[in-house]
Amino acid sequence: MGTSIAATNAVMPGATPRFGWLAPLAVLVILAVLPMFLSSYSQDLAVKIIIYAVFALSLELLVGTTGLVSLGHAAFFGIAAYVTGLASPEAEAGSILVLLPLAILIAGAYALVVGALSLRTKGVYFIMVTLAFAQMAYYVFHDTPIGGGSDGMYLTLRPALALGTTTLIDLDNARHLYFMALGALVFTFGLLALVQRSRFGHALAGIRVNEQRMRAAGFQTYWYKLAAFVLAGMLAALAGFLMAAKNGVVNPEMLSWHESGAVLLMIILGGLGSLRGAVIGAMAFVLLKEFYSSEAIFGDFAARWQLTLGLTMIFFVALLPKGLIGLSSLGKRFGRASAGRPATEEQAEGADK
Amino acid sequence: MDISTFLVQCLNSIQYGLLLFLVASGLTLIFGIMGVINLAHGSFYMIGAYLAFSIAPFFGNHFIAMLLAGVALSALFGFFLEWIFFSYLYQRDHLQQVLMTYALILVFEELRSILVGNDVHGVKAPDWLSGGVSLGGIMTYPIYNLFASAACIVVAIGLYLVVNRTRLGMMIRAGASNRDMVRGLGINIRLLYRIVFAAGVALAALAGMIAAPMASVYPGMGGHVLIVCFVVVVIGGIGSISGALIASLLVGFVDTFGKVFFAQLSGIGIYVLMAIILIWRPEGLRSKGY
Repeated sequence: MGTSIAATNAVMPGATPRFGWLAPLAVLVILAVLPMFLSSYSQDLAVKIIIYAVFALSLELLVGTTGLVSLGHAAFFGIAAYVTGLASPEAEAGSILVLLPLAILIAGAYALVVGALSLRTKGVYFIMVTLAFAQMAYYVFHDTPIGGGSDGMYLTLRPALALGTTTLIDLDNARHLYFMALGALVFTFGLLALVQRSRFGHALAGIRVNEQRMRAAGFQTYWYKLAAFVLAGMLAALAGFLMAAKNGVVNPEMLSWHESGAVLLMIILGGLGSLRGAVIGAMAFVLLKEFYSSEAIFGDFAARWQLTLGLTMIFFVALLPKGLIGLSSLGKRFGRASAGRPATEEQAEGADK
Repeated sequence: MDISTFLVQCLNSIQYGLLLFLVASGLTLIFGIMGVINLAHGSFYMIGAYLAFSIAPFFGNHFIAMLLAGVALSALFGFFLEWIFFSYLYQRDHLQQVLMTYALILVFEELRSILVGNDVHGVKAPDWLSGGVSLGGIMTYPIYNLFASAACIVVAIGLYLVVNRTRLGMMIRAGASNRDMVRGLGINIRLLYRIVFAAGVALAALAGMIAAPMASVYPGMGGHVLIVCFVVVVIGGIGSISGALIASLLVGFVDTFGKVFFAQLSGIGIYVLMAIILIWRPEGLRSKGY
């Protein structure tokens, strides 16, 4: 069985495990010197890619590692963004030390509630229930005047981190924002790499491959899955905080199911089952969207980017089920990179309950 | 709340619940039999509404004829869509089905925007269904809404009869409970799937056509209905048509009365209902154990 090897050893296919850290390090170095060469527009795009990479990584923990397909992940992203906006004072910049933990905690609390309820279900139910709970959060912000209703709200001043009178980090400064986002990406990537190598991560991978067997081996799988769900929600909240700081505006669309679907597409696009797949996928998705909606290339058709993107996605999932990562290891046998199981197996499980 | 308002709200709840049932029954049929989770199901509802808007001028007051024509067109559309797209999804896992059908929504939305634009439209009810009827001399209630409920009831009864009383229905029930056995018995499963899918699309589109004169026809309508349908299917138990009926009516009542009592937070009522049901019965009210 290639799956168990892939599950426990989720390093890059094609790269030897010993030098597996080289590629991420090289990318990090490139990203660190990148702002010197970028125009302000492309730097903004780079920040967007980095934030979406954090967001995609958080979902990768659920889908790729644990095998839980959530279609409501944007809820935590959006809630964190709203908390950032609502808790920011009017007259001065809010403190990162206050806003970030607050956003992560509140989104984490919602993830705890949603996870506790939705993890009672399996398979397709889980997909539908997570989607429904995300929609519920969407309606709270969309229908009530808490966060400005359907128009959303503005952050008059972006969060900052000050010690005494000196400002260490000011997110109004594009360069500061870039490096804070990059730091968040390194942190998330490192944390998840550690998780995947820990006993906890191995248990999650075991749940993905065969939950029945894990249960039989004495694992309380429900609590493992719940822990993964809350952790993923908190990391999505980190991305949401950054997105609010980047845009200076928060609207209900951040919680919408289009956003949840997009981030799910990202991790598939990159390739499930590897962290760098999520990063590559986020980059590919943002750039594809940028490419298809560029008037210079597509002219009048640029406004129709949804059509081109949608068709691209369909062909992509049809022809490259393993994602872009799979391209590098063509011809290599590297386990099954799919999170779901065929319906027949699920039915067989349902039958012997 | 006086008795007449209460009565009107009850009628509204039933009417909304029945419309939901038409959409949700198609969704649950398609999942129950082919095992495909279809996010684009809401788009069929949207397509139905825009279809009504597009063909209404040709039919004038022959509203029933228009509905039948629309059902035929959408069933044909479903038949070919299954052929060129959905038949490739059966062998894939749920995650890939979610992504493919999500991408399909983007395609449908953009095609709609190209064909009929992004404006909000209204569809006029035919003359013979306009106006109100007095209920016990206290309230008047729009005739069209009564007609909509009646039409949904007729369709629901028809669906029940087809599934439980015909040879086709027997195959459908067999396919839902044991796919491999049906294949093994030499039934043309491809054709069966195509028919079921076409029926699912036609049901959703019919709901859209019936809804068009009551609500406006707007671009985001498909997405909204899809989520509510998911709630219905989760509450009712996936693959169960009777569960879908019970859950639709429940959701209809909770949503309608929620709007009366909690104006601003009414949007979340049905999700709270879903959470309560999940705590009590994680598999839904009438699950078939998928």
